[in-house]
Amino acid sequence: MSSNNMRHLLSTKDLSRDAAINLLDVAEDMADVATREVKKLPTLRGKTVVNLFFEDSTRTRISFEAAAKRLSADVINFSAKGSSVSKGESLKDTAQTLAEIGADGVVIRHPASGAPAVLASSGWIDAGIINAGDGTHEHPTQALLDAFTIRRRLHGSASRGKSLDGVTVAIVGDILHSRVARSNLWLLNTLGAEVTFVSPPTLVPADVSGWPAKFGFDLDAAIDAQPEVVMMLRIQAERMSAAFFPSSREYSRAWGLTDARFARLSPASIVMHPGPMNRGLEISSAAADSARSTVREQVANGVSVRMATLYLLLSGDRENA
Amino acid sequence: MSNEPHLSDSGLSSGVPYLIRGATLPDGTRSDVLLTGGRVAELGHGLSHAGATVIDADGLQALPGLVDLHTHLREPGADQSETVLTGSQAAARGGFTSVFAMANTSPTQDTAGVVEQVLALGERAGYVTVQPIGAVTKGLGGTQLAELGAMATSRARVRVFSDDGLCVSDPLLMRRALEYVKAFDGVIAQHSQEPRLTEKAQMNEGALSGELGLIGWPAVAEEAIIARDVLLAEHVGSRLHVCHLSTAGSVDVIRWAKARGINVTAEVTPHHLLLTEDLVVGYDARFKVNPPLRRREDVEALRAALADGTIDIVATDHAPHPIESKDCEWDAAANGMVGLESALSVVQAAVVDTGQLAWADVARVLSATPARIGRISGQGQPIVVGAPAELTLIDPAARRVFGRADLSGLSANSPYLDMALPGRVIATFHRGTATVLDGVLRDATEVARLNGVLHG
Repeated sequence: MSSNNMRHLLSTKDLSRDAAINLLDVAEDMADVATREVKKLPTLRGKTVVNLFFEDSTRTRISFEAAAKRLSADVINFSAKGSSVSKGESLKDTAQTLAEIGADGVVIRHPASGAPAVLASSGWIDAGIINAGDGTHEHPTQALLDAFTIRRRLHGSASRGKSLDGVTVAIVGDILHSRVARSNLWLLNTLGAEVTFVSPPTLVPADVSGWPAKFGFDLDAAIDAQPEVVMMLRIQAERMSAAFFPSSREYSRAWGLTDARFARLSPASIVMHPGPMNRGLEISSAAADSARSTVREQVANGVSVRMATLYLLLSGDRENA
Repeated sequence: MSNEPHLSDSGLSSGVPYLIRGATLPDGTRSDVLLTGGRVAELGHGLSHAGATVIDADGLQALPGLVDLHTHLREPGADQSETVLTGSQAAARGGFTSVFAMANTSPTQDTAGVVEQVLALGERAGYVTVQPIGAVTKGLGGTQLAELGAMATSRARVRVFSDDGLCVSDPLLMRRALEYVKAFDGVIAQHSQEPRLTEKAQMNEGALSGELGLIGWPAVAEEAIIARDVLLAEHVGSRLHVCHLSTAGSVDVIRWAKARGINVTAEVTPHHLLLTEDLVVGYDARFKVNPPLRRREDVEALRAALADGTIDIVATDHAPHPIESKDCEWDAAANGMVGLESALSVVQAAVVDTGQLAWADVARVLSATPARIGRISGQGQPIVVGAPAELTLIDPAARRVFGRADLSGLSANSPYLDMALPGRVIATFHRGTATVLDGVLRDATEVARLNGVLHG
């Protein structure tokens, strides 16, 4: 395994093409481990990884937990719910506590955009910081596992070293509030893919003139363009009360991957969803459960990508990183 | 209080006259300035005065004492952030001789009792004239008018009313407030922010907010309220002051209103004249402020508007916060920056060194006009014989890296720390006594004692 060590993983925006491809290649090696009888490497023995979750996300947390354990790290799960954090303890005090405990890596999920960046630049803690989703900013490991999944579908066992040059990806749904959309945009663009966003006009940021993507409101037109990848984003029901769209029925009719739209996709295309899905709202069960759906692979690949991330951040001598 | 001449006879240092040699006046001419008896006693060349403390002002710019129409002193209620005394010290250090203290204290400055308390605290500190602002609505609640008349007729003689920090968004209440203060020549200073359009807003809405995933504070939320308020002011024939303008669109609305003859004045902060939203990229909460830092185009429009008179004044919106309110994630951080100590340097960097404002214009926007808008006497007057001895001496040629030691208030939430800034306040004179000398703040007990002697 090569080890171009990184200090933190805060966003995909500042990830170079070489670093991204290297990480995906390391993830391929990690995926191989999962096929062995003993699914465990000694690489991070003696290292402590803290999963610091200020927002509930069982899926992401257990994925990181599995990744760290397969690398033999000690894992501490720190959920803000029911802890001193819910009694008003500051991010600073929490970080300093983790520093004293001897955390080598901190996987942080936080409702405030930029919280991982603040943690990384604060001097409160010297650990490697992995952004596991911050507000509506970024969710870099989700984008990496999505890219990994696309690359594997396209290139199979010949994936190593490959980019996503020329791959067409339609990302559909709530772009405004989606950290998954942002991380995917930057990473897919870096890897050479062509991104089209499709959403209601109310769910696009105010000024996207600088985003390297096409934008549209018409999902049928996007489907007819036969993209190689259709990625559906989860729509939050509470957006209705904030007048982003009139009703879930209207949303589903205009921007859902219904059976009819799914049927019009090319058989070679793939359907993705970061989960958890609202079946019948943004995606039909037929689409979600079809052979073209990568939903379950995405979960498995998430562990490989997070193993690669932890490995690149925490193996070796951090002082020289 | 009185401004009796010849207090020097008392033998206390309060009476020590100051002879400032060779200062450059705002109009560009050079002159000696003799301060005695709380007045500008003499101007001219080769002045002498027995017993006077002589200050060599060669190369120094003299300005009338600066007047800040928008200061948060935090007392009563948040004296871990600032007190009337420490805020007054910060003001003196920045060249100010008067500050208008915003009403969002705890308890709120919404009764005669509280504004008189703040006035008294200012008098006791003695560094600057502290003129309380009254709340427009009870407890800043936005539903019921505060006792505006009682505050106006109190010893604090309140003329400026503001719910700053919050917008008087109810159009009927705003109309009534504008009408009511006509009875005592008052003015409503509006914090223009449409609340529904800015729910949970974190930074300027634009390309950067979308990328950073921070909820946007759109320019239209400011412009829509200003447009409504100038029309209301026109309709009821009253006087409106618009706090901290931050967008190019707001400038257009004010320009239109003035051309129409509407009685409106507008203010801009030093930070909106210098800093842009790009600083938010690292999520450093020192740059979190309301209204938020805007685009480069907005900064340029604000500078041009200040230069052409569309914007009337610069005011600091000095907003002290304790360390823990900024040493955290962006969403959790408080809005606001301290600005009194840095204001003149920032204005010099933004509009003087760029050639848009002369020092005479600085005297207008940071002293004469804010004093006039606030209807405060004894402040903002030109440096002429007989004028009150309210004076600031600055060294415009100085350059410094702004640091913690340049702050005299309690809080350090300055966006300018470690930034190179031009200009430095060398001396500030309030009621004829030096509150700052050789760039050093004078001792509080000394200032209080001199002040006590001066007003008996």
